[in-house]
Amino acid sequence: MSVLVIADHDNSVLKPATLNVVAAAQQIGGDIEILVAGEGCGAVAEAAAKVAGVSKVLVADNAVYGHALAENLSLLVAELGKNYSHVLTSAGTTGKDFMPRVAALLDVAQVSDIIKVESADTFVRPIYAGNAIATVKSSDSVKVITVRPTGFDAVAAEGGSASVEAVASAHDAGVSSFVKEELAKSDRPELTSAGIVISGGRGMQNGDNFEMLYKVADKLGAAVGASRAAVDAGFVPNDMQVGQTGKIVAPQLYIAVGISGAIQHLAGMSDSKVIVAINKDEEAPIFQVADYGLVADLFDAVPELENSL
Amino acid sequence: MKVLVAVKRVIDYNVKVRVKSDNTDVDLTNIKMAMNPFCEIAVEEAVRLKEKGVATEVVVVSIGPKASQEQIRTALALGADRGIHIETEEQVQSLAAAKLLKAVVEKEQPQLIILGKQSIDTDNNQTGQMLAALCGYGQGTFASEVVVEGDKVNVTREIDGGLATVSLNLPAVVTTDLRLNEPRYASLPNIMKAKKKPLDIISPADLGVDIAPRLSTVKVEAPAQRQAGVKVGSVAELVDKLKNEAKVI
Repeated sequence: MSVLVIADHDNSVLKPATLNVVAAAQQIGGDIEILVAGEGCGAVAEAAAKVAGVSKVLVADNAVYGHALAENLSLLVAELGKNYSHVLTSAGTTGKDFMPRVAALLDVAQVSDIIKVESADTFVRPIYAGNAIATVKSSDSVKVITVRPTGFDAVAAEGGSASVEAVASAHDAGVSSFVKEELAKSDRPELTSAGIVISGGRGMQNGDNFEMLYKVADKLGAAVGASRAAVDAGFVPNDMQVGQTGKIVAPQLYIAVGISGAIQHLAGMSDSKVIVAINKDEEAPIFQVADYGLVADLFDAVPELENSL
Repeated sequence: MKVLVAVKRVIDYNVKVRVKSDNTDVDLTNIKMAMNPFCEIAVEEAVRLKEKGVATEVVVVSIGPKASQEQIRTALALGADRGIHIETEEQVQSLAAAKLLKAVVEKEQPQLIILGKQSIDTDNNQTGQMLAALCGYGQGTFASEVVVEGDKVNVTREIDGGLATVSLNLPAVVTTDLRLNEPRYASLPNIMKAKKKPLDIISPADLGVDIAPRLSTVKVEAPAQRQAGVKVGSVAELVDKLKNEAKVI
């Protein structure tokens, strides 16, 4: 058995989710190799070579892979991937974008968003917004899998000494091109890997009031998330959305402020270790999953929380 | 240009599912079903393209049991011109769905194919990408804006760090994110008119596609239930518990 892990990166930094994917690969067993495809991604390859448990790093450094266009990347991964028993990547938006293309090119099914490895061909994944957990078995020759990073404890980023090998093939499907990117800038930790997350919902009333959450977040070293209601109302940008269709988080502490707790939101945070709910509606469904609930007006409670930290 | 939209019949998004006692699947008997929310957004986008004069015809296709025709009729009531129902009682997985849709694409030759980014039952997020791969088309997944310009389409995509825009040659595949648009409601006269719109019914065999599942479900279980928590009386008590009991801050 041999596992190819496609690194998640931005051409300069190896994203931490890759370490969780390597952990999933270790549970499958066999040799683990990492593919770093990008443009000017040498530093990422160096970082990948240090990851514990990795035997080889393949680097495809070419302008055609610079923006991780699914059309080009999937041709490369399908070409290399057919020689492995498993091809894995994290279930971020990049992985979700190119990986099903890889599966189709290899004429195999994809197993999306696994949270557990039962054996080399059997995996566990949530369905119906996390309201049911399915165990599925793949009979395909190559198992193409996306991994939910919060389902696996990250391997050590240091300690490995993999060999680095360049991959020459440059696939340009010629059907798509990158135009532009608008990335939200933030000094706070990344939402999906933060130890503490504080999220606001419709109850925040407007975007300015999120400032209260930012202040608490800065004291706790937390990331700030939001419910779909808060995003749709334009309080905060969509990349802050936690839920079935946004980001899946599983921090040590999740503080839900002014969030009712719809099924779709719970799908994104119910694996958090400790959940705190601050809501003035005693009947809000969020209290059914919260370890600590405070029935209070958030406009009193959040500033008080900030002052007491 | 012609736009093809794929829609799926799924459990209504407000329903809390229950797992069957024999752990074979979730229980869908007597459960309210509806059009997958992302598919509604796909239909709306296609209809808006038609209203802008960009699209000339909107064809809606659904794969599934006979009852899926309800969802096709809904799409027709929202403004699609005609429907194609690929009728099967079998469970159709993403790869098979993509192959069936590819056969329809070859027959219909649409310039733009719009799908939802994921169905809220299987949560796979695969079919659009697989269809694009099989057709050799470009893909604009998780779209929050779609602009057709000549023989290209610019798609703004929701990505983990923010937004990214790609330009795709037509024909292309687009999958919708929630923020692409706000779907309209079907009016009663339009629902009545939709009953008269053409609907072709075909079978997977007609399209020469093998839909045998590649993944088998070993079991389906209810997720672990969280322990009921406690209500605290004040912020001070909350902070105390987080520090000394849960030890998370």
